[in-house]
Amino acid sequence: MKETKKIAHPYIPNTVPEIKEQMLKEIGVKTVEELFAGIPEELRYRGTMNIPKALSEYELRRYMDGLLSKNTSTTEYLNFLGAGCWNHFIPAVCDEINSRAEFVTGYAGDPYEDHGRFQALFEYQSLMAELVDMDVVNVPTFDWAQAASTSIRMATRITNRTDVLLPKTISPDRLKVIRNYCSPYINVSLIDYKEDTGQIDLDDLESKLSANTAAVYFENPSYLGFLETQGEQISKLAKKNGAITIVGVDPSSLGILEPPSHYGAEIVCGDLQPLGMHMNYGGGQSGFIATHDDIKFVQEYPSRLFGIAPTVVEGEYGFGDVYYDRTSFAQRENGKESVGTQTALWGITAGVYLSLLGPEGMYELGKTILQKSQYAMQQIGSIPNVVASRFESTSFKEFVVDFSYTGKSVKEINKYLLDNKIFGGKDLSEDFPELQQSALFCVTEIHTKEDIDQLVSVIKQCINEK
Amino acid sequence: MKKINRENKVRNYHQAKWDEPIIFELHNSGERGVSLPKVESEIVDSVGDGLSVLPASLIRKSAPKLPEISQNRVLRHYLRLSQEMLGGALNVEIGQGTCTIKYSPKVNEEIASSPKMTELHPLQDESTVQGTLEITHKLDLCLREISGMDYFSFQPGSGTQSLFTMASIVRAYHESKGEGEQRNEIITTIFSHPSQAATAAVKGYKIITLYPDKDGFPDLEKLKEVVSDRTAGFVVANPEDTGIYNTRIKEFTKVVHEAGGICYYDQANANGLLGITRAKEAGFDMCFFNLHKTFSTPHACGGPATGALGVAEKLKEFLPGPIVEKQGDQYMLKSDMKHSIGKVRSFQGVPQMIIRAYAWIRALGEEGLKDVAEIAVLNNNYLYHHILKIRGASAPYIKGQRLEQVRYSWEQLTRETGVTTDDISRRMADFAHQYWTSHHPYVVPEPFTLEPTESTSKSDLDEYIASLTYIANEAYENPEKVKNAPYNSSIHRVDEQDFFENPEKWAVTWRSYLKKCKEIEKIRS
Repeated sequence: MKETKKIAHPYIPNTVPEIKEQMLKEIGVKTVEELFAGIPEELRYRGTMNIPKALSEYELRRYMDGLLSKNTSTTEYLNFLGAGCWNHFIPAVCDEINSRAEFVTGYAGDPYEDHGRFQALFEYQSLMAELVDMDVVNVPTFDWAQAASTSIRMATRITNRTDVLLPKTISPDRLKVIRNYCSPYINVSLIDYKEDTGQIDLDDLESKLSANTAAVYFENPSYLGFLETQGEQISKLAKKNGAITIVGVDPSSLGILEPPSHYGAEIVCGDLQPLGMHMNYGGGQSGFIATHDDIKFVQEYPSRLFGIAPTVVEGEYGFGDVYYDRTSFAQRENGKESVGTQTALWGITAGVYLSLLGPEGMYELGKTILQKSQYAMQQIGSIPNVVASRFESTSFKEFVVDFSYTGKSVKEINKYLLDNKIFGGKDLSEDFPELQQSALFCVTEIHTKEDIDQLVSVIKQCINEK
Repeated sequence: MKKINRENKVRNYHQAKWDEPIIFELHNSGERGVSLPKVESEIVDSVGDGLSVLPASLIRKSAPKLPEISQNRVLRHYLRLSQEMLGGALNVEIGQGTCTIKYSPKVNEEIASSPKMTELHPLQDESTVQGTLEITHKLDLCLREISGMDYFSFQPGSGTQSLFTMASIVRAYHESKGEGEQRNEIITTIFSHPSQAATAAVKGYKIITLYPDKDGFPDLEKLKEVVSDRTAGFVVANPEDTGIYNTRIKEFTKVVHEAGGICYYDQANANGLLGITRAKEAGFDMCFFNLHKTFSTPHACGGPATGALGVAEKLKEFLPGPIVEKQGDQYMLKSDMKHSIGKVRSFQGVPQMIIRAYAWIRALGEEGLKDVAEIAVLNNNYLYHHILKIRGASAPYIKGQRLEQVRYSWEQLTRETGVTTDDISRRMADFAHQYWTSHHPYVVPEPFTLEPTESTSKSDLDEYIASLTYIANEAYENPEKVKNAPYNSSIHRVDEQDFFENPEKWAVTWRSYLKKCKEIEKIRS
């Protein structure tokens, strides 16, 4: 019988013994072990790691698919969860582009060999700039929470002040990120909301604004889904006190809603996930920041900003880093915050998405979401003892449903919905105890009338069950 | 048949050049790229156009000036842009040193593209995501073996965010001991990634930077001088960007521990160390691995990504939540850590990368992981051996002792020819090569940093060496040729003089470009 030869690993070409020998010989050492001679013996790991033997490609696929089959996805169950990650339609071209090997495996090349990457991200910045109607947009950061955190830090540097005001209706998780990012030197305080409408309590805002206030941050739509209608008054109050207005926004609303720059926002941020990213269990989040083209603001971005420039050949577009000296790449601890790998591929994807939809598509998207979510609110609200929406304000794609009068907890209702193959709304009872047994439901363009009617019918069954 | 001569050692290459317009220039009024789900007539009957409920002040007055383009034209545009770049699948990326651009296996892309992954909502009931939670837990167990740490969090979305998380944990740890105010310094080294210093500064720390001694090791005597009861932590990579393994690392961690500081290890790139040496034995309290470096998940033009963060038991209660725990045969999300710093990223981080990294580990197995480290180091030493033979090139500091990467210098070549490392960078693009210099400041003069990983074959290495040799010779014979490069790239040399540093001229968006062109024309006329 033929002796079994060690097979070269498919991912590691130079595991071929003859090649390995030849290379060692050229270097002038006898074994690979000699190359590790600098590591002291007491630090050498001589054990066997408890990691199973290698699987072949087929075995791996079968094994991993087996593990993933234990998941139940939103293609199998009806999903009404949102709360920072939203179930939208993804155009096939978005997937085609963001699974191109060049984009998937590109990284940090220069504007020459990676011209395409620079252009795609410059175009993303430019498309997003139209949506928010501002002149500067960054290469995307991690998510909305990071974009808000950085926007806040930018404002503290611009104003040389240390306090920021946020609405009490903000996502609790986003608030956790902001608090950690701002500690220990930036003070974060929350502004009350009006119990009946959810709108920011302007009296409370006014009483909390001070000569130390760097920024007032609010969201439109808010985390709880309703639209904040006092944007102009809020930003005027902020401005009067020398503070910067920052608005977090859902970009899927901007085909129909005024961009925050039109009611006084000087920094706009938010999440790109609605613009062509699969939910990926939260892995589709991506944060954007936009400002006017004012050096006072531009110099405070920690992110890369790709700019356009001529080349030595007439007619060619070239690209490069604008004001690179701001960054920690250039200045280490003296740069603005830090920069590194974030979510560039989602920026490229959002660019593709906006190019596909165009102005008409974004309008239609916003309108469709509004119609479907209003229908859902109307139908859910027609169930006896169920209140939808809890707030007397207009909602965009999410709304709070109050089950407090049904005698059932959100937990019980969601369990019943799950048993009927529906992911119900996000339970708010722990994070917002004042809303009692309420849940945040999300309806987008992907939901059909049938989906919504099904939800309503199962909620009815649940409530009627003793 | 005539034998075709293929003896040329450098590639006769030309990158795709599509001369592609900016996407706005593709606009044709009325075109549309995709159709959207319709609204049923019953819904319209019930709620009308949906817009009437909006407060007038919030309705958008003028539509965003997005281009209108049909689907195939959008597709074609972006496909063309994809051809005007390289990436690790298309190309051999030896030149992006410290970035560990290795092969990202295609099967992992297929696995992670399953709707069982892509179509999960992060707030779904735990019972419906057991597969993903199980994979997360299993990757955690593998990384514990590799590092010796006791617990991993996958929430940080990159190495930089992981460094920030570690700086946050350092602060929370000292606060829990009542020393938060007093311990206000973090020590790092100049050959470590800038994010180490930058993220610690965001957390309010004063940064102390150690410089190398004559052999290129961080200066241990200097460390002894600077540690004190103000020391909160020490963060370092090993090997650093130079590729030199710090043989006295255990003495460093001991000195810092004796002063009461926390030691955290930047293992963004641990490619030469898998199964060779671990964070725990070197005395570290925390470490992180970039799944997009050592563990093969794709770099995605710069994310999404994961900086998997491992901690020793005493720091587990400080981790951001939630973390995955196994209870019986069920996997749960746990968020009630007593001293948790809160959160650093939404939800559970970037789970699609966890799946890819775990699949990669399972495709290699225990032995294969050690092969990765051995071959990455062998490849690097082969490259090192040959680069040092190139006229004008050197590798400052101690001879040998390089693991997975090397920071080289063209100091001599620049002195003798006037050609700089930036010139060579552009010229390398003419031969289909990436080439990276270094972060700033340039401690090594005219630096370049190469890291071949385990993915390159001997012939890939030989080609890279041949190209660098060719360009070095060219620098001596025809320096202008190198200085004016590139010639065969998608574009020619960018005019960097004015357009990136001057606020009057820079344009970060197309609309800004159009406005500034108009202004300049106005001034001229």
